[in-house]
Amino acid sequence: MDWWQGIYKALKDADVRQIAYVPDAGHAKLIEACHTDNEMVAISLTTEEEGVGVLAGAWLGGDRGALLMQSSGVGNCINMFSLAKTCQFPLAVFVTMRGQWQEFNPWQLPMGSTVDPAMTMAGFSVNTVDNPEQVGSYAEATLNHAFVGGEMSALLLHQKLTPVKTFGK
Amino acid sequence: MTDRATNFALRRRKVVKQLLEDRGDMLVVAGLGSTAWDITSAGDHDLSFPLWGAMGGAVAIGIGLAIAQPDRRVLIVTGDGDMLMGMGSLATAARQNLQNLSICVFDNEHYGETGMQTTHTASAADLAAIASGCGIAQTDRVETESDLAEVLPRLRNGPGLYFSCIKVRAEKLDFVLPPKDGVFLKTRFRRALLGDGVA
Repeated sequence: MDWWQGIYKALKDADVRQIAYVPDAGHAKLIEACHTDNEMVAISLTTEEEGVGVLAGAWLGGDRGALLMQSSGVGNCINMFSLAKTCQFPLAVFVTMRGQWQEFNPWQLPMGSTVDPAMTMAGFSVNTVDNPEQVGSYAEATLNHAFVGGEMSALLLHQKLTPVKTFGK
Repeated sequence: MTDRATNFALRRRKVVKQLLEDRGDMLVVAGLGSTAWDITSAGDHDLSFPLWGAMGGAVAIGIGLAIAQPDRRVLIVTGDGDMLMGMGSLATAARQNLQNLSICVFDNEHYGETGMQTTHTASAADLAAIASGCGIAQTDRVETESDLAEVLPRLRNGPGLYFSCIKVRAEKLDFVLPPKDGVFLKTRFRRALLGDGVA
């Protein structure tokens, strides 16, 4: 089983229906699986902060949701996270990390080093997983924290998990 | 504040009253600031979710709510400032091909909560054209009472995904504040919609 399938299984087991995302290479297969799943609604966003709103609306309407993004997207969300914090909306976020390990693009470095403290300061409990065998159990714990605890919960997927991107160099 | 918007015919508090008087089982989300006060002036309601923050997020919330509740009409009432900040969410709503979401912008061409500075709609941006360009098939621009009479049924019943930009007079009005406690607003909405069993 590939590591992303561990997240997919955890989403299914937790009855997560709405999957909001901005595409990322690291999440590509998971996003594709969510799109082809008839029990899920995959929502392509123009910017990650929309996803925070979408999932608040989902919860108001009785759906569970999760947000998929790359580390650069976290910076786009900071004020919108206050919606989840103030109203205590459960919010599960899965972040594929860039700028962390064998990064080719220096423009990814600032958010790569900022995601963990920024999300912690915004009110998330943050875990990082770098062992592919453990992604499934971490995903399950992340969703449990969000939906049983009613909290903001983030899982950072270490760059070691995703292929090294070199832009052909 | 001497510009065209001070002379617009439609007054937001009267429009909102007409819009919400036959709300039926509609689910209503209001953008922060003036539109949150507006919907409250028409009567606070368990199935209203007025925002006190999250600027740019009103339509996004409507998208998640509309997907979760496909058999209900979801109405977003928001201002031009919020809509300009969240324009991308119009494209997201169109891409999801939602059939039960109405977006109503009260466009007074000003930021009402910060000193009535003009927004981009005062001189440049046309929100109905933007919504249309984002892929929303049904859009209207409303300036008169007769325009309004024509679009009210569309806002309440669709068709499908619907957007209306209502030009309203730029005016300072009394605050009519909804509850400020976000947890309370969330919980009362969920209980009214989903039953007392939910937290």
